[in-house]
Amino acid sequence: MDADRSVELQAAVREAAACKTPLHIIAGDSKKFYGRAATGTPFPVAQHCGIVHYEPGELIITARAGTPLAEIEAALAAHGQMLPFEPPHFGPTATLGGTIACGLSGPRRPYAGAARDFVLGVKIINGQGEILKFGGEVMKNVAGFDVSRLMVGALGTLGLLLEISLKVLPKPQHELTLAFTCTPQEALAHITEWSGQPVPLSGACHDGARLVVRLSGSRSGVIAFQRKLRGEVVNDGEKFWQQLREHQHDFFKGDALLWRFSVPPATPLLNLPGQLFIDWGGAQRWLINPLPADVIRASAVKLGGHATLFRGGERIGQVFHPLPPALLALHKRLKTAFDPHAIFNPGRLYVEF
Amino acid sequence: MPCYTVRMGQKPPAHTPEKEALLVALRGILPDHSVLCEGEQLRPYECDGLTAWRALPGVVCLPSNAEQVQQILRLCGQMHYPVVARGAGTGLSGGALPLENGVLLSLAKFTRILEIDADNRTARVECGVRNLAISEAVAPHGLYYAPDPSSQIACTIGGNVAENSGGVHCLKYGLTVHNVLGLKALTMDGELLEIGSKALDTPGYDLLALLHGSEGLLGVLLEVTVKLLPQPERAQLALAAFHDVTQAAQAVAAIIGAGIIPAGLEMMDNLALCAAEDYAHAGYPRDAAAILLCELDGSNEEVSELIMLVRDLLLANGAYEVHTARDDAERLKMWAGRKAAFPAVGRLAPDYYCMDGTIPRRHLSAVLTRIAELSRHYDLPVANVFHAGDGNLHPLILYDANQSDERTRAEEFGGEILQLCLDAGGTITGEHGVGVEKLNQMCAQFTPHELVQFHEIKHAFDPKDLLNPGKAVPTLHRCAEHGAMHVHHGKLPFPELERF
Repeated sequence: MDADRSVELQAAVREAAACKTPLHIIAGDSKKFYGRAATGTPFPVAQHCGIVHYEPGELIITARAGTPLAEIEAALAAHGQMLPFEPPHFGPTATLGGTIACGLSGPRRPYAGAARDFVLGVKIINGQGEILKFGGEVMKNVAGFDVSRLMVGALGTLGLLLEISLKVLPKPQHELTLAFTCTPQEALAHITEWSGQPVPLSGACHDGARLVVRLSGSRSGVIAFQRKLRGEVVNDGEKFWQQLREHQHDFFKGDALLWRFSVPPATPLLNLPGQLFIDWGGAQRWLINPLPADVIRASAVKLGGHATLFRGGERIGQVFHPLPPALLALHKRLKTAFDPHAIFNPGRLYVEF
Repeated sequence: MPCYTVRMGQKPPAHTPEKEALLVALRGILPDHSVLCEGEQLRPYECDGLTAWRALPGVVCLPSNAEQVQQILRLCGQMHYPVVARGAGTGLSGGALPLENGVLLSLAKFTRILEIDADNRTARVECGVRNLAISEAVAPHGLYYAPDPSSQIACTIGGNVAENSGGVHCLKYGLTVHNVLGLKALTMDGELLEIGSKALDTPGYDLLALLHGSEGLLGVLLEVTVKLLPQPERAQLALAAFHDVTQAAQAVAAIIGAGIIPAGLEMMDNLALCAAEDYAHAGYPRDAAAILLCELDGSNEEVSELIMLVRDLLLANGAYEVHTARDDAERLKMWAGRKAAFPAVGRLAPDYYCMDGTIPRRHLSAVLTRIAELSRHYDLPVANVFHAGDGNLHPLILYDANQSDERTRAEEFGGEILQLCLDAGGTITGEHGVGVEKLNQMCAQFTPHELVQFHEIKHAFDPKDLLNPGKAVPTLHRCAEHGAMHVHHGKLPFPELERF
């Protein structure tokens, strides 16, 4: 049932702040595997839910943070629209708030943008129990610091999300998935070549055996590039990308340590053992590999990127790439600026705050 | 608080013993000719693109490398001198307005393009590189940098980041924040922050987003790594003329509603389009109440398909004439009028005041009607230039600052337009920033708690409040004085908050 629970949530946050009680924010609990292990009193927020305002003609939607992601996608689909960052759900209970707090984006990300690129405004409760609104429901807005985007990927450590306004986009008129049997090296070479040209890519990955690309746009435009690129048409391409987004592809099965490398897209193959899945046109590389974290991280840095222990293993060490001292100090000061009593999801992002 | 009421003819700030000590120390960091402190040397820095506000800086520094900037910031931090960073000075909200008692840090010498990486489609450039220079430098690779503010021949990428600049193509390609991957910045205490890389994301909080549009309050930018896009195969521009502004607004909704995201979608009303036509001879129909410029880009096939669709939608929504550019030369000529709209309107009156609100598009017609009423009330003409696709409105109020009260009337008129945008569910600034210009309106857009949160963010970066102080975020004290806070039964809201 749609409900505005902001008053109750605010009272609960104020009490926690007064008692300095750490809270473990829980909505759908679909991404509990992500980030560092949660500590604190479980704080359920999913009942604060419902779409507040959807204006298809303006390409914006505002919903309460506990709204199921599936409900939002269904509402958009009814008007031929979509969340362009193609967020993974990782379970049927996924909410909008959790999606934005984790800041994860799917295969369309390099071409359409990330979760943070589509956030226009937020309403939050800060660590002092104040309800604050930033940004809004318009696409261009530079009044005040961009707190809305700062919330994306902060894993709830800066504030409790109440409402989020997003820019949405029309679904492409036509989409087509093409596959090419080739090595990962050849796949990277193809992707680099095509990405430098006006090819209407909206997905590009290598699953270990094949380069798989998605083209999106007007029917005539997509067909024109299908002729240029050739390749084998993948029937049910939509299912392929959905399975990739949800980590249901065979590569992700099992419970081995899963590392996520975020690197410049044209980076050559990593000189590391283990199994590799390339997504985001080369910019996101999944690696199943039991090497020590410091070895993995050193190689990510050498390649100009960073590495996250995405899934599996002990979640009590650093799962996100450690920050250099100047940035870590700034993160702590920002955390204090929003949450002076350190009540929101302490330690979920970094051990230090 | 700094005072900005100074006008032309102001004498340079007096030399005090503290300032002499500062000058001696600055000359230890920079060559003598890069430290300006005398009379006419300071004049070029007295304002940015918001020329109604002027103040002579105490000192101007022209560093040429990062170490010098770092030393200047550390020195000013120790001596408690405020610092205002400046790029090309094209900003429209007074963000680079100098402080009489402060140091103006010009980054004009940081003009090197450090790296072009065609395979990763990125360019790493110093903060003083001009926006258009990036696209020119990467053009041989078939790439370009998408955000294109109208001032792109002059404005710098550092200023673009500080203001989160838009442009006529941001409906499809996003603002500066969507097109930057990495930054190098110095905090006020001289600490180097390296944020982002050529990868698509970065660990920790999204500081990249936070620095965009922070108007020089959080850090001094040194380097920017921008994302580059492949040049589209083809671009095509349609110009539609309407007898009624409402019809033009409906046509915009129809295009977006059909699932088409044009590369650019711009509207001009009669006064603006006639001025642009006189100035640039772009071929605009003078008898139109409004024109729409709708650009599509992509593959040949896609553009050919969609341009016909757009043409039909424009005609179905009341356009009495639709003209598509015959070739690229004509397309650029048609754009030239729009890109020159501000200077063109500027020829109609001695002064103009450029507003920058954003509204939900569905309220366009009502907002324009109200602006026309206000124009009659204040007896000042207004020309409307509108980024129609994303709801960003630029009413240009024409006035003459030498007429007794016209400037005051223009500012009041402008304030009412911004309040109108807020009432319509929009914002007081879409892309020009708050600067010094819209501080009072910030009090209306945000609650005291929200403003305090902004100040807390500022202090996380700059605890002494020395970097561009007094800009972008008003103090609660100012809001209380301005009276924008709602006073109920003689009590200010949130009486527990300190009005600093």
